[in-house]
Amino acid sequence: MNILDTPSDRLLAAVRDLLAQKGIATTAEIQERIAITDRASPGQGARMVAKAWVDPAYRARLLDDGAKAAEELGIPMRGMPPLGVLENTPDTHNLVVCTLCSCYPRGVLGYPPFWYKSAAFRARAVRDPRGMLAEEWKTVIPDDIRLTVVDSTADYRWMVLPMRPDGTDGWSEEQLAAIVREGDMIGVTVPTIG
Amino acid sequence: MTATAFAFAPGDIVRVKDDWPERRGPAHIRTPYYVRGVQGQIVRHLGDFPNPEDLAFGRPAEPRPLYHVRFKKGVIWAEDRADDALLVEIFGHWLEKP
Repeated sequence: MNILDTPSDRLLAAVRDLLAQKGIATTAEIQERIAITDRASPGQGARMVAKAWVDPAYRARLLDDGAKAAEELGIPMRGMPPLGVLENTPDTHNLVVCTLCSCYPRGVLGYPPFWYKSAAFRARAVRDPRGMLAEEWKTVIPDDIRLTVVDSTADYRWMVLPMRPDGTDGWSEEQLAAIVREGDMIGVTVPTIG
Repeated sequence: MTATAFAFAPGDIVRVKDDWPERRGPAHIRTPYYVRGVQGQIVRHLGDFPNPEDLAFGRPAEPRPLYHVRFKKGVIWAEDRADDALLVEIFGHWLEKP
């Protein structure tokens, strides 16, 4: 029988059985990983960003080792690739892309959105990032700000630490986390209020 | 060969090899086309990871150093702003001193 003709659910069950029989991964481990992946969402990354905005020591730890900083907030990172965090500053804006496939910081942002996987985004993010950001996202990077496009090509995953918007003095971590969106942590947008 | 055979230090000027293994047969390459043969600068050593070119085919994969390499965008695409940059993860065995 051709493998392509096999119903996918039967194929999946067979692979899972083989993984268990060969002692590579138990059914419970696979279920746990599926549950962790399903639970991950941009809200987790947003909590990390908000904490970094109010706590300079946490910000330093986040920039040093993103995965450790995530685990500090109870976000499970076991078995995930290392997480690097790139900070936007008054001089530099960062944009994350994976031109080769769709590498994405799933542990802290969840499943990649459809546009992140599109050929159009992947090509234009490296070739014409300022044009793409302005036309597709209404994100205009001023001429005096340097743009760094981070092509996530190998074993690391990358997340952007955006700048805290003006007008948020005195806000709680919860209030701050609520304004941080998925795109802000990839660099296609920046956090705004109101 | 050990990981130290492909060692570079932050600040080193490097060139990505102008090599095209995918023309010689089945290959799994994590080095984007647009940086092949291009000069850049080592930002930092990210760690050592099993060579994906072997890992993808289920072969024994020895650890290789992975670097964050910064490229000036204008070097790759002439019409681009000189100050903009591309930051790409490149394995040490793809890098050479120019």
